[in-house]
Amino acid sequence: MKFLFDLMDKHVAPLFEKGGKFEKLYPLFEAGDTFTRTPSDVTPGAPHVRDSIDQKRLMVFVVYALLPCLFLGIWNAGHLFNINNQVEGATFLTDMVRGSTMVLPIVMVSYMVGGFWEVLFAIVRKHEINEGFLVTGMLFPLVLPPTLPLWQVAIGISFGIVIGKEIFGGVGYNILNPALTGRAFLFFAYPAQISGDKVWVGTAKTAMDNTFFGTVAENIDGVTMATPLAVAAAAEKGTDAIAALGDAGFSLWNMTMGNIPGCIGSTSVIAIVLGMVFLLITGIASWRVMASGIIGCIAMGALFNALPLDNAFASLPFVYHLVMGGFLFGIVFMATDPVSCSATHTGKWIYGFMIGALTVLIRVANPAYPEGAMLAILFMNVMAPLIDHFVVQAHIKKRNSYARALNNA
Amino acid sequence: MASAAKKLLMDPFSDNNPVTVQVLGICSALAVTVKVDTAIVMTLALTAVVSLSNLVISLLRNVIPSGIRMIVEMAVIATLVIIADQLLQAFLFDISKQLSVFVGLIITNCIVMGRAEAFALQNPPKDSLLDGIGNGLGYGIVLIAVAAIREVLGFGKLLGFPVLPESYMGNGLALLAPGAFIILGLLIWAQRTVTKMVEE
Repeated sequence: MKFLFDLMDKHVAPLFEKGGKFEKLYPLFEAGDTFTRTPSDVTPGAPHVRDSIDQKRLMVFVVYALLPCLFLGIWNAGHLFNINNQVEGATFLTDMVRGSTMVLPIVMVSYMVGGFWEVLFAIVRKHEINEGFLVTGMLFPLVLPPTLPLWQVAIGISFGIVIGKEIFGGVGYNILNPALTGRAFLFFAYPAQISGDKVWVGTAKTAMDNTFFGTVAENIDGVTMATPLAVAAAAEKGTDAIAALGDAGFSLWNMTMGNIPGCIGSTSVIAIVLGMVFLLITGIASWRVMASGIIGCIAMGALFNALPLDNAFASLPFVYHLVMGGFLFGIVFMATDPVSCSATHTGKWIYGFMIGALTVLIRVANPAYPEGAMLAILFMNVMAPLIDHFVVQAHIKKRNSYARALNNA
Repeated sequence: MASAAKKLLMDPFSDNNPVTVQVLGICSALAVTVKVDTAIVMTLALTAVVSLSNLVISLLRNVIPSGIRMIVEMAVIATLVIIADQLLQAFLFDISKQLSVFVGLIITNCIVMGRAEAFALQNPPKDSLLDGIGNGLGYGIVLIAVAAIREVLGFGKLLGFPVLPESYMGNGLALLAPGAFIILGLLIWAQRTVTKMVEE
């Protein structure tokens, strides 16, 4: 190891440092160097924080937390494909292989194209390559349908990284969550490929007979599978939304398991909860945002249950809102983005609560958008600085009146 | 004089552009820029109104009592806008229907009022006319640029003619108002990178 370290410090590093041959590519070298080796820099002055974790390790932990979602997403994509195309002899293994051919290209395109922009801006703007991108590049594919064309993945991640983050100055300055910005772009630009009934489950283009993938007798087209949210939103007035969900094959159990149509990473409550527990134990994501988000979702759902509305979706028990669609994924992995969420403790409670409440409000009250989690999180991202402002002002006011009371006493 | 006149005419194109630098007239820049033809007609209408209103107000500048100058300016501008609207309805009915209320709303366009207040009231008629033409076209060039990008991205067409292959899938966001905001923002970014202008 020492030999390698010497080689890096004495021979490779000078090439990239000031005056070196590849001075312009320093951000690239710095990223690779600090990623593979823990930097030896120490904080020169107070305050000192004793912690073995730095920003790179922290971001990698979030990627670890996302792995259960990714694996379940891969299995689910392949599983649904095989059911939909009536593949004979489908096993867990063929499900995984099929799912990998659908999901892994999306993840790779997201990392490659996003990484290109990240490096380009780092070199032009002369800032370090930020490891926050590792998370964005993984979050983005997980909130897409598994059948999304790859060129759309490329455009979406480009928009998310450039417009959502880099034009504000890079990680730490972005107002919006970059991964969600990219998804919102695709949602409004190419709605046919990211919403509706046809995009959640892959369809075999041709008949096939393959050891790895199984056998499809003929080309089956036009098979559609709606998401639970679409089914619940489409339930007729005065009918029972639970019955409508049941007719479409959705129960609380399979929505918790996640073997249902939906975005790659966000269908399985179990996988999300695994990631959530990891994030909470390591203390990386804010428990306040998650707790208040879930409380907000329940409160708004319960309010709709209590109101005498003639809307099947409104009378759906609030528990369903927690397990359907992308809400849980959003509140655990996206709303807790330390840059775009509120910075103050009180602010985090307000911010999370509003995300939960707005998600349910958009789902139930707006027929144009069956899923409200993306819009709710982006909206509250924009509001977060305002919430912080008022929280800080309220605190200053309180301290002032306390000081005045002391002076007068 | 020649260089002064040139400055009056050319300044609004870049260094002092009403849309990208002063950030005026944004509302119509979002509303009428889905297609290039409406943007061109809007440009012509606004250039006509702002140059003529500058001219008329400059001619009247010594007789307008300062207490009611805004009302006089509004009367002049509104008259010109109504004439422009009637002309469009008479000769370009289809496009006038697409522009709907936005021709009428030129009355409230900040650029027109702004040039009348800031320039025409203090300057002789000839300079005011040039200033009006410059600002109208400076506004128009941004409008047409935004419209061209939106029409190509959204429909794959330019002025109604296909410029991208048949297989091109239209970008729905470019046709929505937020898309216009983003494109306008990117144009401002590009312009400020070139001119090295920094807001204090």
